[in-house]
Amino acid sequence: MIQFKLNGQEQTFDGDPSMPLLWYVRDIAGLSGTKFGCGMGLCGACTVHRNGKAVRSCSTPMSGVAGQEIVTIEAIAGPHGLHPVQIAWIENSVPQCGYCQSGQIMQAVALLAGTPKPSDSEIENAMAGNICRCGTYQRIRAAIKQAAGVKA
Amino acid sequence: MSTEIQNVSRRGFLKGMFSAGAFVLAVRYLPDAAFAQDAARSLIDQAPLHPSVYVGLETDGTVYIIAHRSEMGTSSRTSVPLILADELDADWSRVKIVQAVGDPRYGSQDTDGSKSVREFFNPMREAGATTRLMLVRAAAQQWGVSPDECSTGLHQVVHASSGRKADYGQLVAAAAKLPVPAKSEVKFKKRDQWRYIGEGEDPYDLRDYCTGKAGFGIDAKSDGMLFAAIAHPLVLGGTIKSLDDKSALAVKGVQRTVTIETFKPPCHFQPLGGVAVLADTTWAAFQGRKQLKIDWDNGANAAYSSDVFKRQLQETARKPGKVWRNQGNVDKEFAAGNRVIEADYYIPHLAHASMEPPMALADVRGDHVEVWTCTQNPQAVQESVGTALGIPKENVVCHVTLLGGGFGRKSKPDYAVEAAVLSRKAGKPVKVVWSREDDVQFDYYHTVSATHMKAAVDANGRPTAWLQRSVFPPIGSTFQAGAELAGAGEMQQGWTDIPYDLPNLRVENGPAPAHVRIGWFRSVANIYHAFAVQTFTDELASNASADRIQYALDLIGPPRIIDLKAMGVDYPNYGASPAEYPVDTARLRHVIEQAAEKSGWGKEKSGNGVGYGFAAHRSFLTYVACVVKVEVNADGDIAIPRVDYVVDAGTVVNPDRTRSQFEGAAVYGTSIARYGEITAKNGAIEQSNFNDYQVTRLPEAPRQTNVYIVENEAPPAGVGEPGVPPYVPAMCNAIFAATRKRVRELPLAKLDFSKASQS
Repeated sequence: MIQFKLNGQEQTFDGDPSMPLLWYVRDIAGLSGTKFGCGMGLCGACTVHRNGKAVRSCSTPMSGVAGQEIVTIEAIAGPHGLHPVQIAWIENSVPQCGYCQSGQIMQAVALLAGTPKPSDSEIENAMAGNICRCGTYQRIRAAIKQAAGVKA
Repeated sequence: MSTEIQNVSRRGFLKGMFSAGAFVLAVRYLPDAAFAQDAARSLIDQAPLHPSVYVGLETDGTVYIIAHRSEMGTSSRTSVPLILADELDADWSRVKIVQAVGDPRYGSQDTDGSKSVREFFNPMREAGATTRLMLVRAAAQQWGVSPDECSTGLHQVVHASSGRKADYGQLVAAAAKLPVPAKSEVKFKKRDQWRYIGEGEDPYDLRDYCTGKAGFGIDAKSDGMLFAAIAHPLVLGGTIKSLDDKSALAVKGVQRTVTIETFKPPCHFQPLGGVAVLADTTWAAFQGRKQLKIDWDNGANAAYSSDVFKRQLQETARKPGKVWRNQGNVDKEFAAGNRVIEADYYIPHLAHASMEPPMALADVRGDHVEVWTCTQNPQAVQESVGTALGIPKENVVCHVTLLGGGFGRKSKPDYAVEAAVLSRKAGKPVKVVWSREDDVQFDYYHTVSATHMKAAVDANGRPTAWLQRSVFPPIGSTFQAGAELAGAGEMQQGWTDIPYDLPNLRVENGPAPAHVRIGWFRSVANIYHAFAVQTFTDELASNASADRIQYALDLIGPPRIIDLKAMGVDYPNYGASPAEYPVDTARLRHVIEQAAEKSGWGKEKSGNGVGYGFAAHRSFLTYVACVVKVEVNADGDIAIPRVDYVVDAGTVVNPDRTRSQFEGAAVYGTSIARYGEITAKNGAIEQSNFNDYQVTRLPEAPRQTNVYIVENEAPPAGVGEPGVPPYVPAMCNAIFAATRKRVRELPLAKLDFSKASQS
């Protein structure tokens, strides 16, 4: 029996402990904002937070979330509105198809939580694992800088 | 449950359908909701005022506009309805967009060819203007004045001389009683009266994209549905010799396996065949599939290997082919004694790799089917599912979700047919989930191409004769087994329409057989045609020691309309009238001259690892010039600090979304150039995921892409695709300028530029 918190709610799971967290989140908890892109931790579409750090839910087994706090895109907005990263994303009209953007935003939120004023190379290192096939990278970079309040 | 819907008060029904953030997938809250219960259609048809299939008005003034084209990232779901809203003078904040199901009454819904705005600009204006006229007439009637004295402001009719105003909502009931005006009575706004066209709006789903609420194909749900993972034949046309599914069935959560018959050629949009594992969760289906033991008969395509095929293509490209355009006599000129320069170019197969792999949910009940899927072409879903199940296409309701990218892959609904076939066999709703490996290994690939270029040049280095020949397995092979020669649809794309002013010119195509499924891929044949023409032009300019841009302008020659029809060329012009959308070298010259100016061309000298490259290309009726700057270090790493695009797409509806398409095209082009390569060995695809089929990531993408849109009152052209074709040669020409190393074959990842920067 695996116990953990998902967006603040206690969860218990007694299925296959090797099942990736992604499929718990999507197919069992019914939270569809977290996306499947590659299943191998190569693209970042499935990024969620484990204890505040960005992880790829497609390659995080359920056994690895026991006792941990998991947060998904559905729960990063505060009680008074969207997260500053989400606001920056909207103001820069970052998304094209939008599919990868939950993962991009989760990655950026984790980056700014640990590095509030990231340099260009810190942004590049942090975001290199998140693929956007539409090619919104220029606006992702701009939105992160805006959210961080650093010069574009 | 369908009757239950009808029993719900319409107000309540609407509320349920279109509460904040809800997308059309909201219908899924009623799983067996009525086959043929087309919520979008009934919403419009039942709206009190609905003069067109595209628009309905509620008495509170809410305007429902149908988005009949698919949304895959280009914002067509926003920009096409925006045209209607403009002509209606509607307040955009009071507009609700409703996604259409597949239905021929909307006209073509095949969202490809960069034509959503182009083909529906006037139909949308007509629908908007018709509605506006009815509202004006209703107001005039109420006020006892002539409609000619009334005008419209934002969401209201105004009688200026008396100062009377009425909100659209107040006029809906009266307008609904009026006859729909004839086309001849409807007047469009003047350009200076446009409020949205040319200004644009944010994507309708922007907030949902950023909060995880947007509904994609993978998010479709139905009560009691099973998830399916399919083991497809590794080689196109392969069949099952024997199957052992015992271990698969032993996986917890796996319900059953279903064999899908291999298609009979041509492949069209039929399922590939294979064995599906149906399970309670996606994970169980994936695990079950791993446990299948299948012995395949790989069939006739098992001999396909890319290394051998490449040599065959290149040999064919050096032999005479089918002539598509011929002026003067190139052979005579080649023999006349001028210097002859030849070059051969090669681009491998490419996979679309949209971030969302193909996904489809189908629910078959008797001879009716409901499908929810990320498709670019819902009417093709109706046709293909109908054919596969032997039922009329009208019995197939195709709900279109948002698409996590499409790029042409999702024009082919084989995955929706798979879901329907499986749902019928399982007697339950089935969602087919393609993994990334499925997506990369079983795509309708961008074709593999070899091109041969040959020019005779005079003492100044200007061509006196020009021959170009492209060879590639054609898209036609997907629809006609054994097709080896290109169609006009491919040859028009940057090949027969080469805009150079040359006395002797011949354009050819040679035969090539297909051994994988071939399909449209963002900008299609323009990719290899622009690569060959624009790189060869750069080579000739280099040979002539000429400035690249001046040399290109000289080849293009004076401003003129190139009348290909008059030359006897079979030139479809992307389905558009040549009178409305001519091949106009004045517009091509203009974007080139602007690109030189905006990019600061010539201010910094290329060489020593820094290079500027240029290319210009007309595709999808849009003129694009592109300047790319690269930096190549001693390790051979290539950085792209800046890209400048100048775009003449005629009338532009949504400038920011147009810019974003070009920003994205530069990244898509970077992926093609750096990494794009799908190879087959013994008929099976060798790549499988983003580790061995790499695409561009943030650190290696162009750092700053500037997009300048030419102000032009010409009719609207395309913006989704035209950014890709000139980018790839511009980048490779920049690499040559930086390193003196010429790129004739892609991908760059296979080439070594280390130390090249010093030469």
